[in-house]
Amino acid sequence: MRILIVEDDRDAADYIARAFREVGHMADQAADGEEGLALALEREYDVLIVDRMLPKRDGLSLIGELRNKDVHTPILILSALGQVDDRVKGLRAGGDDYLTKPYSFSELLARVEVLARRRGGRGEETVYRVGDLELDRLSHRVSRGGSEIDLQPREFRLLEYLMKHAGQVVTRTMLLENVWDYHFDPQTNVIDVHISRLRSKIDKGFSQPLLHTIRGAGYMVRDAK
Amino acid sequence: MTQNELAIPRVGGVDEASKSGVATVATPTGTAFLRRLRNRIRWPQGRRAIGFGKLLRTTAFKLTLVYLTVFALFAASLLGYFAFNTRRLVTEQITRTVNAEITGLTEQYNTGGIRRLVFVVDARARRPGSSLYLVTTFNGEGLAGNVGSLAEGVMNTPGWTETAYRRLDDPEGTEHHALVRVFQLPGGFRLLVGRDLEERERLFDIISAAGQWSVAVVIVLGLAGGFFVARRVLARVDAMTDTTRTIMAGDLSGRLPVAGSDDELDRLAVNLNEMLERIEALMRGFKEVSDNIAHDLKTPLTRLRNRAEEALRMGKQDSDYRAALEGTIEESDELIRTFNALLMIARAESGGASTHMGEFDAADIVRGVGELYDPLADEKGVALRIDAAEAMPLRGNRELVTQALANLVDNAIKYAAWHDVGAREAPPSITVTARSEGDQVLLTVVDNGPGIAQADRGRVVERFVRLEASRSEPGSGLGLSLVSAVAHLHGGELRLEDNAPGLRAVLVLPRAGRQLPTPTD
Repeated sequence: MRILIVEDDRDAADYIARAFREVGHMADQAADGEEGLALALEREYDVLIVDRMLPKRDGLSLIGELRNKDVHTPILILSALGQVDDRVKGLRAGGDDYLTKPYSFSELLARVEVLARRRGGRGEETVYRVGDLELDRLSHRVSRGGSEIDLQPREFRLLEYLMKHAGQVVTRTMLLENVWDYHFDPQTNVIDVHISRLRSKIDKGFSQPLLHTIRGAGYMVRDAK
Repeated sequence: MTQNELAIPRVGGVDEASKSGVATVATPTGTAFLRRLRNRIRWPQGRRAIGFGKLLRTTAFKLTLVYLTVFALFAASLLGYFAFNTRRLVTEQITRTVNAEITGLTEQYNTGGIRRLVFVVDARARRPGSSLYLVTTFNGEGLAGNVGSLAEGVMNTPGWTETAYRRLDDPEGTEHHALVRVFQLPGGFRLLVGRDLEERERLFDIISAAGQWSVAVVIVLGLAGGFFVARRVLARVDAMTDTTRTIMAGDLSGRLPVAGSDDELDRLAVNLNEMLERIEALMRGFKEVSDNIAHDLKTPLTRLRNRAEEALRMGKQDSDYRAALEGTIEESDELIRTFNALLMIARAESGGASTHMGEFDAADIVRGVGELYDPLADEKGVALRIDAAEAMPLRGNRELVTQALANLVDNAIKYAAWHDVGAREAPPSITVTARSEGDQVLLTVVDNGPGIAQADRGRVVERFVRLEASRSEPGSGLGLSLVSAVAHLHGGELRLEDNAPGLRAVLVLPRAGRQLPTPTD
């Protein structure tokens, strides 16, 4: 995967780029908005990571310009501004995801991977399958190994999101944002309890677990075979 | 007209009035004096003493001048109208009398000829009074009457004339004015009958003088009133200005004086005081936050640093370093959470334009939060009951209200479960309700845990305050502070009440103006 990091804080940019290279991705860096725009127009990237406040041309204007020029590369906005309004503004400008500083690299990586695979991903499929687990998005039915599993509406949406991104790490914040549409940090980690409930419904009694906890990052639905 | 001139309100008008003996103002009002007074306000310490020039520039005084002008013009025109009509009335009366006399004398002439006329006129002319008579021949030779001299040509113009004259018995050189009518008798004789106008002029003069006096008095009293009002207003505004200055200098505890008269200045002062109250509270909050940040963020930062240092000093193998680094990340995550919570509180408290406000259903929020926390409560053995059936429109920041309610439920679960199970009869339970009361929406979270002692209830909403009993539980001590800040941002409040046993936390928020459409799902 090829990533462009547009960030004026050199230390932060170097750190992210190094970390992406370590996990096997290619990362280019641009230190200001104009350079970022030039690179994004010139080369083909899978994901752009754009800081909101940049010298020469700010992040939102850079995104607007790219979208105007019909560049539809997924963009993740990085910002110190974390209010709902800021996020809404960022997404309205053409961003695909919004991450507030400070963030952990595992969170950034999980989000970037989800973004990169969004194109040509399984968004259009009506039935998701992972191993012998099946989720029908139209009839809202879930079954494993042929026997039906009864899920609450929220549990269904949780599993749907996890299965849509099967094989990818999904963080707690991503779940809270995408499944519950909450953008705050609950004091207690309520997501863990929801996951363990879901796990008891889909993995209990099966020798092969499908819903995995990725330590220090989040969760993943994956067929281990 | 003289009245109009007087009515023009000038400061000099007072001066003129005093020259004519009308004014009873104690202050001398020469222009030089005015200038001197005006200069007074340029004194550096002149803020205390109310300057004369400053008085002249007040709104109250300017308004007085406008009213004064209007009143003076009104008085002047009223008196002018009165004077004009009186004059007309007197003139009419003169004309009628003169006409009657001419008719009478013409009859005498017709019956007895010129001889009889001369006789009658002679008799009448001798009577004292203001009547004038003259009979002349065709070429102007006087036959009878009491007119000594007339303005030239009067006898040759039949009809009404206003003319200067001298009576026969008057000494040479005196001059009076009269309204006369010259009548051509058959046979070429001319008859003049008239009335002296002195009476009419005197009446007119009396009215004019009265008018001038009253306008002068209006001006003097008006100016004095204007000065008095302006002085009073200025004194209060100056007192307010002084207080604002001390406040601007940094003493936020100062408050504007309120006279208690409930007038517009009082209302302004009360509003400004409320504003100051809010600013002071914000500043206090700001100071508290910085103090608390210094204290409460320094502790974990020191711990973080110690851990890293210890790993460097004592670490023998990779796993030691690894453990230390993992611990460091955990600690810094906790720090970031605390920091985020502080920012959120600060933002909710400063509130205002930066916060996105919308309309939403409070019952929806309650159900959502209930659903989010249900598995957690279940896991902890706490019964969580949600009671929010009907739609309840609320205006505010959806995100913040949700988080505030989540904090309350989070706390309730923590404490309901934490309570020593052996010591009570009822199983731990929590009820979350949304209920509207008047124009308020009450989001209530009730638990049957240990509750909060009366003495501590005020304290727990402060930042970083954690009751001794809960120190061992995880948490930043910011949860209730955020709830309280969110309540204030929405113009509501957080009430902590005794549920005997347990705590009843009520988040009071104002209801939205109009009804939300009933949810269809």
